[in-house]
Amino acid sequence: MDASQQTDSKKSSPRRRGATAEEMSEKQREISVSEFFAKNRHLLGFDNPRKALMTAVKEAVDNALDACEEACIMPHIYIELLQRSETRFKVTIRDNGPGIVRKQIENIFGRLLYGSKFHRLKMSRGQQGIGISAAGMYGLMTTGQPVLIISKTSKKKPSVEVLLKMDTSKNRADVVSETEHPEDDGLFPDGHGTQVSIELEGRYQQGRQSVDEYLDQTAIANPHAHFTYVNPSNETIEFKRGTNELPPEATEILPHPKGIELGTLIQMIERTERTQIGGFLQEEFSRVSPSVSKDICERAGITGRTWVKQIGHKEAEAIYKAIQEARIMSPSTDCLVPIGTKALLSGLLKEVKAEFFTACTRPADVYRGNPFLIEVGLAFGGELPKDELIRVIRFANRVPLLYQQAACASFKAVLETSWKNYGISQSRGSLPDGPVVVMVHMASVWVPFTSESKEAIADYDEIRKEMKLALQEVGRKLGIYLRRRQRMRNEGERRSIFERYIGEIAQATASITGTSAKKIYESLLRVAKRKTEEADAVLNDEGKRVRDSDPFGKDDSVVILPGRVAIAQADSDDDSSDDSDEGSKKSASGTAKTLFGDDDAPSKKPRTRKKA
Amino acid sequence: MAKKSKSPDSSTPASSPPAKVNRSVSNQATREKTLGKILELGKSVSKSALAETDPFVDVPSRTMSNTSYNEVRRLLQMGDATLRRNLFNTGQARKFMQMVLLSKGCKDLLEAQKTLSLRGMYYMSLHTIAGTKEKTFDDQEESDGILEDIEVAIATLRENLHLFAKKRGTMVGNITVVDNGDSIDCRRMGTGGYAIPSICEPSVVQFGKCDAKFVLHVEKDTVWSRFNEDRFWEKHNCILTEGSGQPPRGVRRLLYRLNKELGLPVYCLLDCDPWGHYIYSVIKQGSINLAFESERMAIPDAKYLGIRSGDFVRCELSDDVKISLNDRDIERAKQIAEYPWFIKKKHWQKEIQLMLRNGFKMEVESLITKDISYVTETYVPERLKAKDWID
Repeated sequence: MDASQQTDSKKSSPRRRGATAEEMSEKQREISVSEFFAKNRHLLGFDNPRKALMTAVKEAVDNALDACEEACIMPHIYIELLQRSETRFKVTIRDNGPGIVRKQIENIFGRLLYGSKFHRLKMSRGQQGIGISAAGMYGLMTTGQPVLIISKTSKKKPSVEVLLKMDTSKNRADVVSETEHPEDDGLFPDGHGTQVSIELEGRYQQGRQSVDEYLDQTAIANPHAHFTYVNPSNETIEFKRGTNELPPEATEILPHPKGIELGTLIQMIERTERTQIGGFLQEEFSRVSPSVSKDICERAGITGRTWVKQIGHKEAEAIYKAIQEARIMSPSTDCLVPIGTKALLSGLLKEVKAEFFTACTRPADVYRGNPFLIEVGLAFGGELPKDELIRVIRFANRVPLLYQQAACASFKAVLETSWKNYGISQSRGSLPDGPVVVMVHMASVWVPFTSESKEAIADYDEIRKEMKLALQEVGRKLGIYLRRRQRMRNEGERRSIFERYIGEIAQATASITGTSAKKIYESLLRVAKRKTEEADAVLNDEGKRVRDSDPFGKDDSVVILPGRVAIAQADSDDDSSDDSDEGSKKSASGTAKTLFGDDDAPSKKPRTRKKA
Repeated sequence: MAKKSKSPDSSTPASSPPAKVNRSVSNQATREKTLGKILELGKSVSKSALAETDPFVDVPSRTMSNTSYNEVRRLLQMGDATLRRNLFNTGQARKFMQMVLLSKGCKDLLEAQKTLSLRGMYYMSLHTIAGTKEKTFDDQEESDGILEDIEVAIATLRENLHLFAKKRGTMVGNITVVDNGDSIDCRRMGTGGYAIPSICEPSVVQFGKCDAKFVLHVEKDTVWSRFNEDRFWEKHNCILTEGSGQPPRGVRRLLYRLNKELGLPVYCLLDCDPWGHYIYSVIKQGSINLAFESERMAIPDAKYLGIRSGDFVRCELSDDVKISLNDRDIERAKQIAEYPWFIKKKHWQKEIQLMLRNGFKMEVESLITKDISYVTETYVPERLKAKDWID
């Protein structure tokens, strides 16, 4: 009730009075994080039943992959969607990870904001420790069913089965039942692993933003993982591995001074065990050497020996300002584990039926003191749809981002790239169109999402710039490929044009001059071959001829599947339905126009070549 | 390749006596000269082929930009600009092939000492290219264009290649001609008239007895028939010709020879529209496309009798004869007014401006609304008497 209403009501009903501070205080109490998210579940990606189903799978799979990788286990993940009724599903995800020790099960699955990944700067899929517990909470709220967790940590230990029920008011879980299975129940052939089952309200629909799409894309970005997916129709789909190499483990790093904010700095100063400010700077941050520390202190008007205890708000602010001014080396980037061009290609190769693949991994860069790197993969042609806008698939730390495409920095970067330069048509302000799939991956110790449901990457200039550079790099390679493909077609067409006429010319000339028609024919044939080769010679960037006709010689960031090129060619020539030769002749004269211009000016009007 | 020589190669012999029957298509010397030129073209192709270079033919360019108006000689001349046609150019390969093919056809024709129509030549060289479904020519138009290219490329004339076009144009009048040895009295041609052949070279057509004092050339055969029926040529002692619109080469060549060899002035009666004006322009100084033939076809002294824009008022014609100018007419009229051979002629500028101001065109037939024989009995005789024409 606002003030104006109160005054109004006073006039009409004088008996009514406002609540007192004491009365109001009775209603004032702490809101638990769980309660907050229970009411604001859209913030976590549970806005509607269809999205909820996908988010639940996603959170569980992300956790499973993180756990496997940290334990150096090649992930094999089993996903099952069991449809109980039209809107009710039981989602089961099982991994072969290290398992979870008994006492942590309630915390991990029952508490929001509980996790191993929030407090450290390390590249991982999960960040905040919200995901899986939120999924369980959503399940409980919509179906009343507790979450079932089975975990086995080693061959020697029995697997533990726990039924958990979230208590949202306390941000804690209550154990409903707990059983030990001493016998190996066959769920974990490797002797360890975790299975989580959540019953929830959801809607299953294939297509964009579905569980299926999430798994498709996850398989692209994680070619080292094997997924077994049982969909609601009880069909089993296997996503096999594309590589047998586990990605190297990401290392943890200390925060970079430029990446923190004043409040964080003050908090760190309050909590540090260091006694002097110089030591604090050097030990708790990365890239702060004694000389950098000295520089910062001087700029802040203190010395390195100043006691941490003496640093008040004013001094902290001075230090913060000094940090911004000081020259500090960028954070080390070896903490980042890119997917790598090779793995990117193997991921794309196994999941996308295209003819041309290329990928690029950019060197690491820094935004707000957080190291990050951008990788881009591109697939072209083959069986990809021709007359649609290109498809952008986005990833952050190997996790597909399926929602809020337009808000995402990677999408904007794709829009801003001039695809026309690379032979792909693009109308202003929209995605280019053509048979292309572009994947953009951002790897970082801290991915700046626009919301907690982790759907879009925030639009930092540094990030978008890197994305564009990566897109340009793959774009250039696509351009080279497309030009070469066009050249090869031209060459074929040109040669066929010349060869078609040479016979006629040889005979007629022989008849005029009496020279041997065969001799003329053979000579002309040799010239034809040489001429077409000249015209199709590959020119390098400076316009000089490159001997090697394969522009990608030893470039291992490019894969071409010529078998699929042939399919594409057949498709594009289908306008010559009944008379293939006529068709190719037409297209040949068309190309000739664009390549040479119409040299034969005197002809009064364009002749229409009709079929005789 | 040989450039086009400035003077026409045909030695234009004086008309041979009609008594001697001459049935050969062309004389031996001309024929051998033409054959030599074709051989030269063939040799150039085979030579560069055997040397493994790109064979080419230089074709003088038949465009407005390569045409100039010679103010002294008062005719259009072709410039020196040529276009090189290469075999190994995807845009030109087909045309190059067609050129060689038709050269061979002409060579065969000359050796057989026969003539063929353009259409006949098209059929002679038409076949499907081995191993393809492509034909050497898509239509006759394609072949006709290439034949004109050959004409200019080897600096010869269609007649010397023994090719003729579809017959068009008619003649009657006080003259006897000898056509391929047959004496034809143009005074006794009935209603049909003498069909002017496509080849009117002195080797084929010679002039016999001529009493006519001038030539009246009209645009279409309908008007021509009116004049013929009214025996205009008899009353006024002239020759009456028509060219079915834009006169073909045969008609232009015949008019030229009547003018040059017999000294007959040529008067034209054409429609009052840009197309009629351009017909006059072609008769007078040659066409842009065939500028290389102006010297043997253009009649710089030809006069334009009518009909003229002012005739609507002068002859008191009814509004029914008006045909509104369309956008194309207006555009074309302005284009013609800008031609260098029109731009300095005040009368013509006035005439075209008046037509544009009037906003309508008129056909010669519009005079028939006055009286069936108004054009033959009043209009033309009055103009001739008053020497009222535009030059």
